Amino acid sequence: MANVSFSDATRIYPNSDHPAVDRLNLEIGDGEFMVLVGPSGCGKSTSLRMLAGLEEVNSGRILIGDRDVTDLPPKDRDIAMVFQNYALYPHMTVADNMGFALKMQNVPKAERQERVLEAAKLLGLEDFLSRKPKALSGGQRQRVAMGRAIVRQPQVFLMDEPLSNLDAKLRVATRTQIAALQQRLGVTTVYVTHDQVEAMTMGDRVAVMKDGLLQQVASPLELYDRPGNLFVAGFIGSPAMNLIEGPIVSGGVQIGDYILPLSREVLAKASNDTSLTVGIRPEALEVAEQGIAVNVNIVEELGADTYLYSTLVGSTDQSVDGQQIVARTSARHKGRSSGTVRLAADPTQLHVFSNATQERLSD
Amino acid sequence: MPRFISAKPDSRLLPLPWETPLAEWPVNLLVALPRGLSRHVVRFIKVGDDVYAAKEVIDHLAQHEYRLLHALMRQGTPAVEPVGIITERGAVDGVPLDPILITRHLEFSLPYRSLFSPGVRQETVSRLLDAMVVLVARLHLIGFKWGDVSLSNILFRRDADTFAAYLVDAETGELHARLTRGQREHDIDIARTNLLGDFLDLQAGGLLQEKLDPLRLVDMVTSRYRELWNELTGVEEFSGGELDRIENRVRRLNALGFDVAELDIQTDADQETIRIQPMVVDAGHHSRRLMRLTGLDTEENQARRLLNDLDTYRWRTGQAHVDEAVVAHDWLTHSFQPVMNAIPAELRAKREPAQIFHEVLDYRWYQAQRECREVPLLEATHGYVRDVLSDLPDEELNLDVLAPVVEDRQLVNPYDPSMGYVEAGEEPPVDAWENQADDQPEASPFLDLAALRARAAAKARAKAESEARDTP
Ligand SMILES: Nc1ncnc2c1ncn2[C@@H]1O[C@H](COP(=O)(O)OP(=O)(O)OP(=O)(O)O)[C@@H](O)[C@H]1O
Ligand SMILES: Nc1ncnc2c1ncn2[C@@H]1O[C@H](COP(=O)(O)OP(=O)(O)O)[C@@H](O)[C@H]1O
Ligand SMILES: [Mg+2]
Ligand SMILES: [Mg+2]
Repeated sequence: MANVSFSDATRIYPNSDHPAVDRLNLEIGDGEFMVLVGPSGCGKSTSLRMLAGLEEVNSGRILIGDRDVTDLPPKDRDIAMVFQNYALYPHMTVADNMGFALKMQNVPKAERQERVLEAAKLLGLEDFLSRKPKALSGGQRQRVAMGRAIVRQPQVFLMDEPLSNLDAKLRVATRTQIAALQQRLGVTTVYVTHDQVEAMTMGDRVAVMKDGLLQQVASPLELYDRPGNLFVAGFIGSPAMNLIEGPIVSGGVQIGDYILPLSREVLAKASNDTSLTVGIRPEALEVAEQGIAVNVNIVEELGADTYLYSTLVGSTDQSVDGQQIVARTSARHKGRSSGTVRLAADPTQLHVFSNATQERLSD
Repeated sequence: MPRFISAKPDSRLLPLPWETPLAEWPVNLLVALPRGLSRHVVRFIKVGDDVYAAKEVIDHLAQHEYRLLHALMRQGTPAVEPVGIITERGAVDGVPLDPILITRHLEFSLPYRSLFSPGVRQETVSRLLDAMVVLVARLHLIGFKWGDVSLSNILFRRDADTFAAYLVDAETGELHARLTRGQREHDIDIARTNLLGDFLDLQAGGLLQEKLDPLRLVDMVTSRYRELWNELTGVEEFSGGELDRIENRVRRLNALGFDVAELDIQTDADQETIRIQPMVVDAGHHSRRLMRLTGLDTEENQARRLLNDLDTYRWRTGQAHVDEAVVAHDWLTHSFQPVMNAIPAELRAKREPAQIFHEVLDYRWYQAQRECREVPLLEATHGYVRDVLSDLPDEELNLDVLAPVVEDRQLVNPYDPSMGYVEAGEEPPVDAWENQADDQPEASPFLDLAALRARAAAKARAKAESEARDTP
């Protein structure tokens, strides 16, 4: 097992004028489950492929443990790409399907069997070992495939959108299984996905990327509670955080006919801005007497929660007026949520960003 | 209503039951041709005299594979021909059906499951491996990383005494401007694992010639690939006195079936050392030449054989100084066509025309050796039809090639070898994981924050506990 570190790792594709990955610095701890997430084209796959040895590193270094692997071929890096191809062989037993590749590494037979058995226990597949794979369900096939990677006992697992080819139901089940397995195995894992919900439910830490640049690395909860810039604020969370722009006025920010109060400390940090963006998560909004005026369009009940889909009203600014605002309130407000209402924001859950730098100003 | 996306639409495909899952199609629309293993539902469908391969696969992969197959076709790389994608196929129980990717069934393709079977000659095996290596190298030359090289993803066709390999599954493929060494190595790594699995599976099913050792076969593939790649792209350095090595290199590449479109030649300041490296090489040296001269579309080694015959013809008919294109036309009308015309129509599905011509030439050579006389081409053709062709199985649509291999065993599903053979008394074991998963509620599309906070708290607790344990 090992930690992984990218230091100033950069990849510029031939015929491209800007880096696909730009001076990436990322430390992944031993046994950690690190998820790289970001919109399509942000460079997450390229980063993973640099670690795998599939893409050249134009500048910077990559280390696995204390070995500099920057110039090593893939097979000498002691990594395993999971789920690339997981054909199951009909005439071989599940045990052989899991362990056959070890023959190429000259692992003695007794040890092969031992490793297979151990993996099968982890995967709940013990009773299947002597069976042929033909009767296996889709999920069971997935587990055999995982077993194939596990028996190799690599230092690092790499997974690039491993769930993208599964149907929705299997995807959710497999997601849980992978996370649980990783925890039990304790093998350092780097996982790429474009789906922030997947990233947040699986990762010990999540690295958010955009345009080849690392935006923030933090635990899921910290990303959620303290997004470091506007991009992360908008990207993480589902439904997304409401991001409302308004001019700075005395004591706060003007939103429609309402002044949202902000602390003196935050306003002091905004000395270079004339306007700010305030981020409010849907659950930090409640229907109240005082607050941001909105027009409720749709009320949707999901379990114990009620989602209000509404639009901002009362602003003279054309670009702000009509912006969508989502609020998640407890069910008892349901009766009052129609037409125009006011939404009050929990003052302890405000995220304030500079429009000039896009960076977070509030604590 | 289903939607068709196709560059070359075949209107006979339109009325097929696209709103039915492919696995449930009525068998009168299908042909049970032998084929490789697959994770997806794959069926061969027959419309008129044509056969198509249909694969049910999720949307983005269908699109991706369709586009890549087109790209490969444009580059002239041997791959199955994409025909179209059928999307928006409606739903069963509210679950929408995945799109279907249609490719043209590759005529005269031989299923690998019978090619390595007991009784096969070592030489044949060797040639199959070579064909595979050539295919992978050709793909790498054009910047294609396959990502899933396996016996199931390759189709073989006869090519004179050898084989030609075709790509059949491009789903995991990536097309780059140029492959890095890491990408090629990774492809070979995947190939090694997949091929080992394929050979071990054949062995476990009693379908592999006993003398063949799966590990050795895999090593052969790897080392041959390295040799070929080195010949195709490697740098060669020699002294200024050995200039003929430039031409030798080109000849060697031609002999391997490649044309050199760009050769980089560098000399150092005092002209002592010369350094050459092929920069652009194109496969199909002989087949392109034959195509240019005669319009015949053949495999590389068939072309080589036919071109040799053309040369002999030129010499024998005293046309050494006549323009090559003129002689080629003459050869086509007086040699090739008469042989084809002499093949009874009902036997033509057994071999491709160029392969028949090659086999007739072989037949004639043996007969001439035996009888110590020159045998006229048409006489040899009749002998070949009588002694060889009429006893051969049909290979255009290779129905019974698989038959002797399976003998007393029965495929679980005649349309899908991935399921293996029927075996007695199999009750699936209880699967605690699966039962648990069934009980779980459908996941919400929203982020479950409560679960996230609970997980973070549990982690913090575990950490505190372990720290407490560590500090006595
Ligand atoms: N156009 C074709 N002509 C001949 N045979 C074909 C064609 N298309 C598919 N096949 C056969 O069907 C088999 C399965 O097809 P394919 O490899 O595309 O499926 P798959 O589910 O993507 O496979 P994998 O599990 O390797 O991903 C192939 O091994 C091949 O034998
Ligand atoms: N082989 C390639 N050649 C040129 N550009 C590429 C290649 N692969 C990716 N890119 C470019 O690099 C950037 C990052 O791509 P990628 O790492 O695949 O992003 P992601 O995985 O986040 O979607 C994109 O702008 C993409 O267009
Ligand atoms: Mg396949
Ligand atoms: Mg495939």
